[in-house]
Amino acid sequence: MGILQVDNLSLKLNGKNILNNLTIDFWEGHIHAVVGPNGAGKSTLAATIMGLSGYRTFEGDISLKGKSIRDLALDERARLGITLAWQEPARFEGLSIREFIRSSAAQKSNELISEMLDKVGLEPDEYMDRAVDKTLSGGERKKVELASILAMKPRVALLDEPDSGIDIESINRIFEAVRLLKEGGTTVILITHSLAVLEQAEHAFLLCQGQLVDKGAVQKIKSYFQDKCLPCPHKNIPNEEMIGGKA
Amino acid sequence: MNPQGELITTIYDYTDTDPRVLKDPESAHLVINGNKVLGMHSVPGLKVDVKELADGIDVAVDLEAGVEIAKPVHLCFGMLPETGIQKIILNVNIGSNARISLQAHCVFPRAVDVQHIMDARINIGDGARYSYFEKHVHSPGGGVKVYPKAVVKVGRKAYFKTEFELIKGRVGLIDIDYETTCEERGVVDMTARISGRDDDVIKIRETGALVGEYARGVLTSKIAVRDRARAEVYNKLSATGAHARGHVDCKEIVKDQGVATAVPIVEVHHPKAHITHEAAIGSVDNKQLETLMARGLSEDEASEIIINGLLS
Repeated sequence: MGILQVDNLSLKLNGKNILNNLTIDFWEGHIHAVVGPNGAGKSTLAATIMGLSGYRTFEGDISLKGKSIRDLALDERARLGITLAWQEPARFEGLSIREFIRSSAAQKSNELISEMLDKVGLEPDEYMDRAVDKTLSGGERKKVELASILAMKPRVALLDEPDSGIDIESINRIFEAVRLLKEGGTTVILITHSLAVLEQAEHAFLLCQGQLVDKGAVQKIKSYFQDKCLPCPHKNIPNEEMIGGKA
Repeated sequence: MNPQGELITTIYDYTDTDPRVLKDPESAHLVINGNKVLGMHSVPGLKVDVKELADGIDVAVDLEAGVEIAKPVHLCFGMLPETGIQKIILNVNIGSNARISLQAHCVFPRAVDVQHIMDARINIGDGARYSYFEKHVHSPGGGVKVYPKAVVKVGRKAYFKTEFELIKGRVGLIDIDYETTCEERGVVDMTARISGRDDDVIKIRETGALVGEYARGVLTSKIAVRDRARAEVYNKLSATGAHARGHVDCKEIVKDQGVATAVPIVEVHHPKAHITHEAAIGSVDNKQLETLMARGLSEDEASEIIINGLLS
């Protein structure tokens, strides 16, 4: 059953087509991956679904549980249960991790904040009162952001390149958090060009030049991505045969 | 309730002060309402002389050399009536190698037309440490004008730290004027965190003269202005001593029709001295805003959290 539908979505940035007539149906409670080479339009798709500034003018429609969200503001979409974790999380000078997580948490208790930090592998006593600023490493900020999303208990979580800039141990923690989101009923959409992240999904969509090239089981998409996309000398130029046959 | 009780209760309510503080025999305190002393307690080594003048209060604080005051000294300066002028002349002498921390609670919760004027002369002896944390509570209508002025001399290897924070109510007018001179290996560290709204006016003029070798100084201002509020920050750090080091940091967030000005001035008179500055004025960062909005906060709620973080 679909929870989030993207219908014939086309979007231009600076006069250039970034998303081209994209139709995707994300199933409720599943872990999805949107995979493709750099510049394929993956992050643009996430930004458009979330409704970030600069991504509000498009053709087509986006709907949550059958209701269009195209005219809703970013925060209105979030209050319906859609959220986004940035590839490069923001820094907040002076804002404690406690307050950052509390601001998004469905329940505001310190116990919940501790529990979420624990789940992403950050020792609550050590991190709770630290600021979400430049004193945290990129990996720590990604974990903090994921903890805030776990605390929010969203219906749909878009995670943009969840493994970028973090170490092996942290990656495993993040994968564990992805599983926890799913267990809690969240539909997870992993935006990635990493095979390791792709393998965490149950279902995948392959994008190239803003078009859907293929979709289906992870193994099938992984094989295609590995064999055809990664060695492709013309990054971001879709395989004509695949687009013609399946998009 | 008598004025002292009322003022103290108000201070407790507004500033999260532990109510046991003013009853603790090991904690020194001075409570002033308007230009009248309501209560005072000292501890060994600390001498506090207070004179009530026709138009204000003259306070002399002397800390004997080598004395370390273990617990913070509480200065409660309040003006409970809606109108009036509170003028405090403060002369502080900290003996060499002494140590003291002061918590000043300046409470004007009902102010419609109140002026709080502080004129301080502070001498910190060689090797001494002096920390002054000033927390203000103003009325919601902004009927307060605050003029804290200080001339501070920081001796050799001495340490001077001050923090100014408005924790509740509207600014009204705050006009801070601090002038410091820092001797060899002395340290000056001044921070102001203020958020203005409506037609508030924030003026900060802080100067640090690092005259001694290896003297160090940091001037930090974190300001937010909303509505039609205005902020002018003038921070000057100069170094004449060899190996003196300093940094001027000014961050201002502007919303609505707020206007912010920052003038960081660094002046180096010795080839072996080094001073840096950083000034950033702008709106609330869009990525920060969108991150919080993507968790379901409205734009105003998100802005408030970001600004409070900056000012914390």
